[in-house]
Amino acid sequence: MSGERGGGRGRGKKDDKDKAKGDRPRGGGFFRRRRVCKFCADKIDYIDYKDVKLLSGFVPERGKVLPRRMFGTCAEHQRKLTLAIKRARNIALLPFAAD
Amino acid sequence: MSQTRQYELVYIVSPDASEQAVADLHTQIEQIVQRFNGTLDKTENWGRRKLAYEIGHAREGTYVIETITGSGEMVKEIDRRLRVTDTIIRHLTVRVDDDLRVAERLRTERKETQARRRTARGLPPEPLPSERRGDRDDNDSDDMGLEGAEGVR
Repeated sequence: MSGERGGGRGRGKKDDKDKAKGDRPRGGGFFRRRRVCKFCADKIDYIDYKDVKLLSGFVPERGKVLPRRMFGTCAEHQRKLTLAIKRARNIALLPFAAD
Repeated sequence: MSQTRQYELVYIVSPDASEQAVADLHTQIEQIVQRFNGTLDKTENWGRRKLAYEIGHAREGTYVIETITGSGEMVKEIDRRLRVTDTIIRHLTVRVDDDLRVAERLRTERKETQARRRTARGLPPEPLPSERRGDRDDNDSDDMGLEGAEGVR
């Protein structure tokens, strides 16, 4: 509980981090996308394993399940997403590992 | 005594099988379902579709999705039958009733909360089509893959 937050040390570092987290345009003209769970935003309650179009948006070319931080999904939906991806793999809708 | 539950059955028929063979399989399953006093609620035929990976030597297959209500014994029997059928290259049974119920509950809860909050603010419980918020970027879906990866580090 003590470290990063309160300490005066690393003050500048913290500022950097804050900036990186913000959704304002940055130096390179990049917009950082606001991190909102897509399933919460779109009010998808049941992640259907048959919906390849939806799932393929959350699976890279190689076919891996990516950590939550990649897409900003909330814990609940990440769990459901993982399950859906695994089911979809089983019936050859998504690859296990692309070669 | 066995409980009735809703299941979703997906099976992939080998590309060598004829349309007739696919139809036969469907009637076979229908018979099993009837024998166990279940009901076949919905059938969807996706037709021929490319597989994400090779199964056996097949690169594509015919997808059929059936929504069935019935007992666990029924599913066991269907599972057994599909396993011994050569033309089926893959099948999957998923129990869906619980998940759908949860989804339904979440939906109604959200509606109720929305209605309660809106009436508290002196608005009609249902949002009007004119007051949809425009701040959602809808081109979200096509910029997934690599940009997400860029965001971390």
